[in-house]
Amino acid sequence: MRVTLKVLRYNPEADRAPHWESYQLEAEPTDRVLDLLHNVKWDTDGTLTFRRSCGHGICGSCAMMINGVNRLACKTLVQNLDTDTITVEPIRGLPVEKDLVVDMAPFFQAFKAVKPYLINDDPPPERERLQSPEERAVFDEGTKCILCAACTTSCPVFWVNGTYIGPSAIVNAHRFIFDSRDKGNGERFKALSGGGGIWRCRTAYNCTEACPRDIPVTELIEEVKRAIMVNYV
Amino acid sequence: MAIKTRNFNVARQQASTNIELIWWVFMRVSGVLLVFLVLGHIYMNNILISNTSIDFDYVASRFSQPLYKVYDLVMLVLAMLHGTNGLRYIIDDYVHHDGWRNIVKYALYFVVAVLITTGTMLLFSFPFNKVGG
Repeated sequence: MRVTLKVLRYNPEADRAPHWESYQLEAEPTDRVLDLLHNVKWDTDGTLTFRRSCGHGICGSCAMMINGVNRLACKTLVQNLDTDTITVEPIRGLPVEKDLVVDMAPFFQAFKAVKPYLINDDPPPERERLQSPEERAVFDEGTKCILCAACTTSCPVFWVNGTYIGPSAIVNAHRFIFDSRDKGNGERFKALSGGGGIWRCRTAYNCTEACPRDIPVTELIEEVKRAIMVNYV
Repeated sequence: MAIKTRNFNVARQQASTNIELIWWVFMRVSGVLLVFLVLGHIYMNNILISNTSIDFDYVASRFSQPLYKVYDLVMLVLAMLHGTNGLRYIIDDYVHHDGWRNIVKYALYFVVAVLITTGTMLLFSFPFNKVGG
């Protein structure tokens, strides 16, 4: 089939503002959008810039806005888009560096702010810190996150607010807040409770729809809100 | 618009109090209360009595009873604070310049303070029981 691939392109050295460029391509319905981008880069215009690494939906590099929805280019098939015009834009709310590449630094700063690692000062036991399957299941959803930023950059509060910590950081805080072996909740709650913290969430559910790993993001955010509320009130 | 650098120390400074949590809970509680208070208000002023027959005497006689005063005071305060906090969220979202954001916010707080004060004064200082015969 013949498809039109429209890419929002931006070269900081030449362009004042991003602009659309169209490419006519021959594509199989089972081609991924990532394949189309590769075709353009390899055969038509080598200056097209985008991130990709594994190509199998696990590294989280190729999150982009495809036909108006945040998705991974490597998990989106042409046949799933139900149209022969495919638009590709960088994810929103982060500074565009070039074409589809955005500056992820603010995203990872928010991630680091919630201390996404095990905090436990108790002396380590002789063997591992044990946990029952039930205790493990409580935070299972959060472990699926691949840090692609599809959720955070689909959040309307993140777009406009400027300091909001974003759904992804909260999901990764959830991963440890509900871990029975972890004792760092006080520190995480503080990181989440400020002016740009979790209380800015208005449950728009964009994050849940955007997540390529099917994490119920909004639900996890609400669980963290309840945990903080029960802890303080 | 990108989010600003946000390390743990910055976050902790911002979170020196639980004020945002308290406002978040207030929004939920006041929202639920206002649904019933406003429905009651509509019932009393549109169904119990036709809104075309409301005149000064009716309002004055109503406000001469303490229960109505408390009812309207609670509704006034909850509605004003609920709306103000909602506007504060919106200002925080859309006014990015620090100086302008503070100016807009304090202008809002001033207007709200005036409205709550005058509303409360009206309820409690006006001698409703002496008018309308």
